[in-house]
Amino acid sequence: MRYIGRRLLHGLLLLVGVSVLSFAFAELAPGDYFSELRTDPRVSAETAAALRAQSGLDRPLPVRYAAWVASVLRGDFGYSLAYNSPVGPLLWGRVRATLLLTGTATFLAWLIALPLGIWNATARGTWGDSVSKVVLSCLLAVPDLLLAIVFLVLAVETGYFPTGGMVSPGWASLSAPERVLDVAWHLALPAGVLVLGMLPTLVRHVRASMAEAIDSPFALSARAQGIPRQRLLFRHLLPAAANPLISLAGFSFGTLLSASLLIEVVMGWPGLGPLFLEAIMARDFALVLAVVILSASFLVAGNLLADILLYRMDPRIRMK
Amino acid sequence: MTTRTKIGAALVFLGILHGLAIFAGFLAPYPYAEQHREFPYLPPTRIHFLHLRPFVYGWAEGREDTMHSYPVQFLVHGRLFGVREPDVIFLLGSDAYGRDLFSRLLYGGRVSMLTGLLAAVLSLGLGLALGTAAGFHGGWLDQILMRGGELVMALPWLYLLLAVRAFLPLHITTVQAFFLLVVIIGGVGWVRPARLIRGVVLSARERGFVLAARGFGASDAYLIRRHILPLTLGVVLTQATVLIPQYILAEVALSFLGLGVGEPVPSWGNMLAEAQQYHALVAHRWMLAPGLAIIPVLLGYLLLADTLLESRNR
Repeated sequence: MRYIGRRLLHGLLLLVGVSVLSFAFAELAPGDYFSELRTDPRVSAETAAALRAQSGLDRPLPVRYAAWVASVLRGDFGYSLAYNSPVGPLLWGRVRATLLLTGTATFLAWLIALPLGIWNATARGTWGDSVSKVVLSCLLAVPDLLLAIVFLVLAVETGYFPTGGMVSPGWASLSAPERVLDVAWHLALPAGVLVLGMLPTLVRHVRASMAEAIDSPFALSARAQGIPRQRLLFRHLLPAAANPLISLAGFSFGTLLSASLLIEVVMGWPGLGPLFLEAIMARDFALVLAVVILSASFLVAGNLLADILLYRMDPRIRMK
Repeated sequence: MTTRTKIGAALVFLGILHGLAIFAGFLAPYPYAEQHREFPYLPPTRIHFLHLRPFVYGWAEGREDTMHSYPVQFLVHGRLFGVREPDVIFLLGSDAYGRDLFSRLLYGGRVSMLTGLLAAVLSLGLGLALGTAAGFHGGWLDQILMRGGELVMALPWLYLLLAVRAFLPLHITTVQAFFLLVVIIGGVGWVRPARLIRGVVLSARERGFVLAARGFGASDAYLIRRHILPLTLGVVLTQATVLIPQYILAEVALSFLGLGVGEPVPSWGNMLAEAQQYHALVAHRWMLAPGLAIIPVLLGYLLLADTLLESRNR
């Protein structure tokens, strides 16, 4: 318990540090939402200054930081000037869409990577392993940006898949099962690109840690004692190989919000990525800050989760 | 294949690819911004041969005009090849403004690969300096640097890049944008190499010959220069092979999103952004070329990184 408490505190401190740092950085940034507004000739310098005062941008930094933290605790995450509304409500729908996409893709990628990696580790030196190694290396060298564009072109050409968005027009009038199917149909391509992008790294790690377990002396002695192959693989070797994989899973979880940014932009998925990009272009710092904090908390939480899992699973860590 | 030949092959391969970009001014038949407004979205020019002499047909009304043929000329106007006006030779087709995609690809490779290289040099330099300082000095300096590093690592990488870019001016010249990209990508990436180098320095500090040299009264600067830095070389090299392709991809992503190098200077990222209009892309497949050009570069670096890692683990 003390260990978990310490990790939790550490994570919180990290987040506070990130928020202070990005807040200060936003302060140093030349230009803000209103200076971008000034490029519009209809807005005079006085109007911009008055608006700036009204939104509280002229108050000193610590005061604004305190106000911001209070608004984060309320769930508002500051006030978006571009959308003229609190940031929180803007975010949640986008976060849901992103999580739906990345969650599905991450789950599928692990579902494929685990058996494939284990099989590769047992089949080292055979042509099957070599082929899968070459294919995965090539896949690793293909940027997901390119994959997304190619998939999109295929969707346009074949017409089997939609060319963007999350739902068809008139989605609200469909029945419940049709709605789910419609979303799944829109999900297929972006999730496919994401899976292909994640797969090579995952399989590599699974293969490497399983290979290490298979080569260890205890595996040899267990085999010599006549433990059946299936049982040996899944009951003895997989737990022994689990530690790095748990860390990796924590990282997978941590990047749920951020892994799909480019794919969302290319494929028109209404997730956090396009919103973040628009916020940058409009210099809407409240929104940028909210996305940064949110993605950082996911990463920190992912690492924390992995730490806790490792602590539960591995007695060696508990002894320390 | 032995490790040596593998590394050699990867180096030669990468050397050729980088050479293509470096000598873009000679290899490309046109300057990167030269527009041929009368030939938008021209498909790749077909090269024909007559008695082993290459020539191309003119282009009229959407297809090859076999009435007019132009020989491919070599070494004219300080360029490797070209054809006489009014005909054009577009090996990979042209874009919406009638600019030669092949030429832009070579020039764009210059921008993208140079960004990757310079950013890697920057982040490795920072990582080397900070990592060595943290590992060698220890104590409060170590604490500050490593805690600071954790702050940087607490953000997903691409988001961090975008956030840093968000807080910097949007409207800048292409040269400024290029250096800004290098500084952002390199400046953000110091943490991982610094942590690895710190680890090496920590163990090196306690090695017998370092302790002996210290006992003989060697200064810190001498110890670091003569005994500790050489030990970090392996980590620095493998990190370089991992970081450069990652940074090339970062440049591509940022320029693709309109936050990097902008028109008319080509980079693989902003060229891909033109290909993003998938309706145009369906009819003009060749616009995908900049995306495909990244693949061999990444493959080369991957092969190099894998081989180096394998040989270090053995």
